Amino acid sequence: MDLYEYQARDLFEKYGVPVLPGIVADTPEDVRAAAEKLGGVVVVKAQVKTGGRGKAGGVKVAKNADEAEEAAKAILGLDIKGHVVKRVMVAGGARIAQEFYFSVLLDRANRSYLSLTSVEGGMEIEQLAVEKPEALARIEVDPGTGISPEKAREIAVAANFPAELVDKVADVFVKLYDVYTGEDATLVEVNPLILSEEGDVIALDGKVTLDENAEFRHAGHALLEDKAAADPLEAKAKQLDLNYVKLDGEVGIIGNGAGLVMSTLDVVAYAGENHGGVKPANFLDIGGGASAEVMANGLSIILGDPQVKAVFVNVFGGITACDQVAKGIVGALAELGHEANKPLVVRLDGNNVAEGRRILEEAAHPLVTLADNMDQGADKAAELANAA
Amino acid sequence: MTIFLNKDNKVIVQGITGGEGSKHTARMLAAGTQVVGGVNARKAGTTVLHTDKDGNDVELPVFASVTEAIEATGADVSIAFVPPAFTKDAVIEAIDAEIPLLVIITEGVPVQDSAEFWAYAKEQGEKTRIIGPNCPGIISPGESLVGITPANITGKGPIGLVSKSGTLTYQMMYELRDLGFSTAIGIGGDPIIGTTHIDALAAFEADPETKAIVMIGEIGGDAEERAADFIKANVTKPVVGYVAGFTAPEGKTMGHAGAIVSGSAGTAQAKKEALEAAGVKVGKTPSETARLLREVYEALGA
Repeated sequence: MDLYEYQARDLFEKYGVPVLPGIVADTPEDVRAAAEKLGGVVVVKAQVKTGGRGKAGGVKVAKNADEAEEAAKAILGLDIKGHVVKRVMVAGGARIAQEFYFSVLLDRANRSYLSLTSVEGGMEIEQLAVEKPEALARIEVDPGTGISPEKAREIAVAANFPAELVDKVADVFVKLYDVYTGEDATLVEVNPLILSEEGDVIALDGKVTLDENAEFRHAGHALLEDKAAADPLEAKAKQLDLNYVKLDGEVGIIGNGAGLVMSTLDVVAYAGENHGGVKPANFLDIGGGASAEVMANGLSIILGDPQVKAVFVNVFGGITACDQVAKGIVGALAELGHEANKPLVVRLDGNNVAEGRRILEEAAHPLVTLADNMDQGADKAAELANAA
Repeated sequence: MTIFLNKDNKVIVQGITGGEGSKHTARMLAAGTQVVGGVNARKAGTTVLHTDKDGNDVELPVFASVTEAIEATGADVSIAFVPPAFTKDAVIEAIDAEIPLLVIITEGVPVQDSAEFWAYAKEQGEKTRIIGPNCPGIISPGESLVGITPANITGKGPIGLVSKSGTLTYQMMYELRDLGFSTAIGIGGDPIIGTTHIDALAAFEADPETKAIVMIGEIGGDAEERAADFIKANVTKPVVGYVAGFTAPEGKTMGHAGAIVSGSAGTAQAKKEALEAAGVKVGKTPSETARLLREVYEALGA
């Protein structure tokens, strides 16, 4: 889960990382009040989960409350790369002497952590890595020992910080690593980390990605989720404990196992090329145990998507036997009644497939078509979606 | 031959008394796996009753620790069905006991826990081969199953399979059920895993009875790209690939914690291109992949 800048700022503050005061607001009036409260020069910053805010006009310096209110009017509602700004942070101003870059992140390839540090901050890191790779210190961080004060100084020296700044930035690196481990993050990035004219090192911006698998040991993380911004079907699916991702297409997909479902989306998209360009409408993995209840929940989510014209149920019976899955489908259709109003193509293979098919054939539900294999099922579902 | 697992391995189950542990202990025994005991510190000294593949009762002892279980039974493989919150401790216990092979089925392990136990495994000299987490485990058909893969899909044969996905493993075993498999290994869909595509490819290359290899990948990370480099330099046997997730949108996790396209990194297209550049034929669908494998296998004239 990616956090908003203001949420990252709050976490930084909790761990003693130096930040500027910041107040979140979602109306120009509240922005004015926040600017008055902070006093002096403030920066009004769009809160969106994407980069390039500055270039898009989403960050404005305001000398007083009037200017802050005007800035808020310009920024709120702005579309930044498809993200509409609903909220801004009013942050205290800083006199910037120098800009740096620091991040610590999960390094999948090396099954370790990696710190990226540069004395040339402010620029997008991807750009810096391409244009000035020599200015970027890439130092592995051992997950067993982490960023100790010594390690932090090693990083600062490798990134060519001037000697008089090494201890100062190293202290901030240690605290940022505390955020990383303390909150189970997979990314903590500060760009820019600045040196103010007063000589203070301050995190002026923050990007944090949290590991959703670690939510069980962070009661507060669920509260950081932006429920209003979530797709309503995705939110409903999450409540039902279903692994669902909304996509832009016409063929609803239900399958078991993440890999098989991803594969099903691809196969349906290929089939769609021959049927008016219909596409998969969603990712939905119902996991190993496809009980009637899980099947009914999954179907109700998918049928709640007005874009869906047909549904493809693609199940390989591994642990779960196909007869259980078939009973699940029949039970779900009975449970949904009139709500079930779109054609369903069902492909079953694997454990106890003959009995599974027999159950579906016997039920002879008018909406259900049985497919012999995955390719045929995808083709039939795409055809039905295109014809609807 | 098989890789990593054969009929002689003696297996213990960490979490043998739990729901999943108990269910899959029964399935593994039915598949012919030599399950010799389990671990649960709170139930040490008790036994659990199961049935072996011939229908005979087997009473499996529950031990306080992996070390004790090894001493008493000579176990050389452990499989962990432990909730995510306790997985790291269970893995470290297995590493400390120096068990040669550990399979972690658990889904939902915090990735920092995986990073920490992997760092620990390295520090201890990698005496324990780790498979997973978030994986279906490993099966050498006709010999042994240490995992949750259905044992009855197919039998022993000349194909080696390594996959990030469980159900795609089953699907591919099913598509190629007439040929059979030496070993099929599910390495898991988490961002940090123990055994990689490369480890399995190297082992299949060294195994004389594996004649051709299927490699299944999915979006996220660059494991497939690195595997492609490895194949180009080190694998002489034919490899056929499949990558899932061409239609996955950027920035969305597709079921597996590791299955996410970040910016332009980790796309299925990039993985397919890397594999093809290494001479690997890549199927557009599972069925086409099976067809390609059949072609390269038949071309061997075996």
